Amino acid sequence: MKSSVIIFPGSNCDRDMDVALKKFGFKNQMVWHNDLEIPKSDLIVLPGGFSYGDYLRCGSIAAKSKIIKSIIEFANSGGLLLGICNGFQILTETGLLPGILQQNKHQKFICKNVYVKVNSKENKYFKNIKKKILELHIAHNEGNYFCSEEELKSLNNNNQIAVTYCNEDGKESEEFNPNGTLSNIAGIFNKKKNILGMMPHPERMIDKSLSSSDGNFFFENLIENLK
Amino acid sequence: MEINEKIAIEHGLKKEEFSKICDLLKRTPNLTELGIFSAMWNEHCSYKSSRVHLKKLNTKGKKVIQGPGENAGIIDIEDDDAIVFKIESHNHPSFIEPYQGAATGVGGIMRDVFTMGARPIANLNSIHFGSPQHPKTKNLLRGVVKGIGGYGNCMGIPTIGGQTSFDESYNGNILVNAMTLGLVNKNKIFYSKAAGINKPVIYVGSKTGRDGIHGASMASAIFDDKIEEKKPTVQVGDPFTEKLLLEACLELMAGKSIISIQDMGAAGLTSSSIEMASKGNLGIELNLNKVPCREEKMTPYEIMLSESQERMLIVLENGKESEAKKIFDKWNLDFAVIGKTTDSKKIELFFDNNKVAEIPIDILAENAPVYDRKWKKTKLPQKIKFNKDDFKKLKITQVLKKILALPNISSKEWIWQQYDHTVMGDTIQKPGSDSGVVRVHGTDKAVATSVDSSAVYCYAHPITGGKQVVCESWRNLISCGSKPIAITNCLNFGNPEKEKNMGEFVECVEGINEASKFLDYPIVSGNVSFYNETKDKGIKPTPAIGGVGLIKDYKKMITMDLKNNKNLILVIGKTEGHIDQSAFAINILNEKKGPPPEINLFNEKNNGETVLKLIEVGLVKSAHDVSLGGIITAVSKMAIKGKKGFKLNKLKVLVNKFDYYFGEDQGRYIIEIESKNLSKVQKILNDNSVHYDDIGLVTEKDVIVDKEPILHIDDLIESNKNWLTNYMEK
Repeated sequence: MKSSVIIFPGSNCDRDMDVALKKFGFKNQMVWHNDLEIPKSDLIVLPGGFSYGDYLRCGSIAAKSKIIKSIIEFANSGGLLLGICNGFQILTETGLLPGILQQNKHQKFICKNVYVKVNSKENKYFKNIKKKILELHIAHNEGNYFCSEEELKSLNNNNQIAVTYCNEDGKESEEFNPNGTLSNIAGIFNKKKNILGMMPHPERMIDKSLSSSDGNFFFENLIENLK
Repeated sequence: MEINEKIAIEHGLKKEEFSKICDLLKRTPNLTELGIFSAMWNEHCSYKSSRVHLKKLNTKGKKVIQGPGENAGIIDIEDDDAIVFKIESHNHPSFIEPYQGAATGVGGIMRDVFTMGARPIANLNSIHFGSPQHPKTKNLLRGVVKGIGGYGNCMGIPTIGGQTSFDESYNGNILVNAMTLGLVNKNKIFYSKAAGINKPVIYVGSKTGRDGIHGASMASAIFDDKIEEKKPTVQVGDPFTEKLLLEACLELMAGKSIISIQDMGAAGLTSSSIEMASKGNLGIELNLNKVPCREEKMTPYEIMLSESQERMLIVLENGKESEAKKIFDKWNLDFAVIGKTTDSKKIELFFDNNKVAEIPIDILAENAPVYDRKWKKTKLPQKIKFNKDDFKKLKITQVLKKILALPNISSKEWIWQQYDHTVMGDTIQKPGSDSGVVRVHGTDKAVATSVDSSAVYCYAHPITGGKQVVCESWRNLISCGSKPIAITNCLNFGNPEKEKNMGEFVECVEGINEASKFLDYPIVSGNVSFYNETKDKGIKPTPAIGGVGLIKDYKKMITMDLKNNKNLILVIGKTEGHIDQSAFAINILNEKKGPPPEINLFNEKNNGETVLKLIEVGLVKSAHDVSLGGIITAVSKMAIKGKKGFKLNKLKVLVNKFDYYFGEDQGRYIIEIESKNLSKVQKILNDNSVHYDDIGLVTEKDVIVDKEPILHIDDLIESNKNWLTNYMEK
C-alpha cells in the first residue's frame, strides 16, 4: 500500500507519521507543500504541527497552499485522506469537512492520553477494528470542535461522527470532554467516509514502551482494509 | 555625538572600564564601538565576575566530547551517537514580559543546540516564582508556562521534564532556566570557530529589528521600580521561523559547505561575529547595509545590538553560496552574504560606504575585564534542638497529607499538560517522574534527563547545597536505571558586587565541583545569571543542575510507580533523621534555621552504583529517590503514581518516627522488590556494604501507618493533585 505524508512548513508530526505508516507496512513518501502533484497513493495524510505557524486561524494558510488542489481532487475522486490534529484543522479550513476547530475551552494547550470510542465501523478506517475504545493521545490548543445545529444533525444522520471522547468504559460525558468540543467529538468523516479528520494522534501510540499502543489497532486495521 | 564617561555608564560600563577601553583603543570609541564594548563586556557575555571560579570546574571525562566554551556541551553515548546539551537562564526578560521572555529562552537554548548540528530531542525547564500569595506570581506563572509551551510545542520538540518552585525570595526576580538536549552523529558536529581568510560570512534566518537592543546589558543589571520601561529590551519569539531555521540548517549541515556556525543569541550580531573570529584567531569585516532589516533606517548601532531572534551567522566555504541559498530559499528564510573573514584580527564594520567601527578582536574578547570579587564565607548553622514532645500532638498521616499538598511538592500536572511531551514518538518517561526519558530514535538506547535545584539548602549552607544538587541530579538519573554521564549548570545568584552573594556563588560552585569530581559527573556546559535582585532584595542562591544519563536497553528502564501488591518496599541508604531545613521543619514546625542535611559523597556514589546494579540484574520493580519530604513522601509519590497503597512496618530503628519518615538525609532511594527476591537483593546490598531498611509492603489501596486510621490511596492523590490547579483556576 502506498501512502503520502504532506509536509507544510511548520508541520512537526510528519516524521512520527512516516515512522508509524512504515511500521505497519505502508510504502510512504514525503511530499513538499510547494509540489503540484502527489505521487500515486492509496492514502494521503495531513500530519500534525503548526502549518505556516498557525498565526492566522489554524490550518487556514495550509488550506490555500499549492499542493491543496491536488489533495482536494484526490479526495473528491474517493481517495483516502486522513488529517490528524493540524491536519484535521486544515480539512475543516478547506471545507472538505464541516465545522471548525476553536480554541480549547480552558484556553490552554493540552497534552494527555484520552480514550475515544469508535462510533462508526462502516468505513475503510475502522471496519473490523478489534477494539472499540482506544487509548490515544491529544496535544493541541485548538481542538474544540464546533458546527451548526443543522450540520450536527447531518453528521449524526449520516453516521459521520467517527470518534468521541469517553472514559475507559466508553462512557461519554462532559467529564471526559478534554477541550469543550461539541458532543465530545474527537473526529469526523465526510459523507462518503473517505476523509477522516481527528484530533487524537494514533501515531504517537504505536508500541508498548510508549504510554499506550492502541494506535496499533488503528494502523493495522487501516492497512488491512486497504488491501 | 561625543562619547564620554556618562554615556559609557548609561551603557552599564564602569568608569574604570571606560578608561580601559580608551587606553586599549588609544582613542575614544564612537557610539557603535561603545555599544559593542558594552555588549561584550557586560556580565552576561563576559562572565567577568564568575570566570576565575568557573575555571576550576571539573569539565573533563572519558565521555566528554566538548566541554564549556562552545555553544553547548557534548557527550558520547556510544555507536557514533552524541548528546549536545545545555541549560540557560532567561530570568530578567521573563520577569518583565513572562510570555516572550520564557518563549525566547526556550528558542535560544534550542538554537545553541542545533547550531552544533544536533536535532533537539528534549526540552526541560527549571522555573521559580515568588510566594503564591504575591500579587504577581499567578500571572507570571501563567505567562511563563504559556511561553515555554508556545515555543516548544510549535517546534515539535517534547518538553519532558522540569522543576517548579515557589519562594518569597523570587517575588521580585523569577527564574526561568531552559534546557535542551539534541542528538548528533559524533563525526558531524559543527563548531563556532572560523577558519580561513576571505571566506564569506552569511546571515540567515529572521530579519533584524529593534527588539532586544541591550538585552544582555539588561540581564546584567538589578531591577528597580522602572522595570516596565525595559519591556522593549525583551525579544519577541517566532517559533515557526525557528522551526524553519532548524530544518534549513540541518539540511545545509548534511553537506560539506559550512566552516563554522554560530547562533545570534545575547548581544546578537556583535557577539556572534566576534566569537567566531576570536576563536579562529581571525578578523571579520561586515557590511551592515547587507543585513536584512525588518525596520527602516536602522543604524549600525541598532543593527549590531539587536537581539532579534531566530538568526544565525555562518562562515561558508568559498563558492558554496548559491547551493546554501537554495536551501534557505526553500524554507523561505533570509540569506545574505554580509561580509568576509580577514587576517586583520579586527572587527571592521562598514555602513553607507563608511567604516563605522574598527576594534581589535583581542581587546573585546580576551582582554575583557575579569574580577576576582570579594566574597564572604557562610558558616554552617547550628543544629536546632527540636522539642520531640511537640511531635506527640502530630499524626504522621495528617502531616503527610499537608506535605503532599505543599506548593513545592504537589503535582505540577497543570503545568506539564500544557507542554507537548510526546511529539517525536520516543518519550518513554513523561514529566512528573524522577527523570524524563526519550529513546534515541531507531535504537535500543534511551537518554534520561532531569533538572534540579535546592535553594533552601544552598541558602542555609552553600557548599553543602551545591553538593546536594549534583547528588540529587545523579540520584534522579539512577532511579530510572540510567548511568549518569554529565551535567550542565545554570547558576542563578544575586548581586556579585555584594560579598554575601558572591560568597554564595563561590561556595555553591565549590560544592558542585566537589560532587562532580567525586561522582565522575563532569560539567560540560552552563550559564551564569547574576544580579537577580530587586531593590536590594536578592534571590536565594539557586544553582540548577541538568543531568544526562544513558540507558543502554530502554526496555530495562525503571519507573517510580508502585507495581504489585505484597511487593516489599526498601529504603536504600542510612537514615539518621535530619530534619533541619526539611519540608517538615519549615512547613509544619515553622523552623527555618539549621544546617541542611550533610552529603557523604562516598555513600552517595556507593548507594547509587549499587541501586544501578540491582536494576541491571532485574531485581527492582520501581524506584524513586528520597528528597523533599523524606521517606514517607517518596513512598507516597510512588503509591500515587501506581494508584496503590502501602503498609509501613513497625519501625526497627531507634530514631523518632517523625525524624525517620520526614527527615531529609541524603543518598537514599526507595525501591520496590518482589518478596521472593529479598535474599538476592540483600546479598548484593551486603556485598557492597550498603545500608538498607525493610520498611513495608505494597497494598491494593490502603495506606497503613502505625495504628493511625487507615487512609485510602485516593486521599493521598487528592492531597497531592489539586493545589496548583486550584491556585491557578479558582
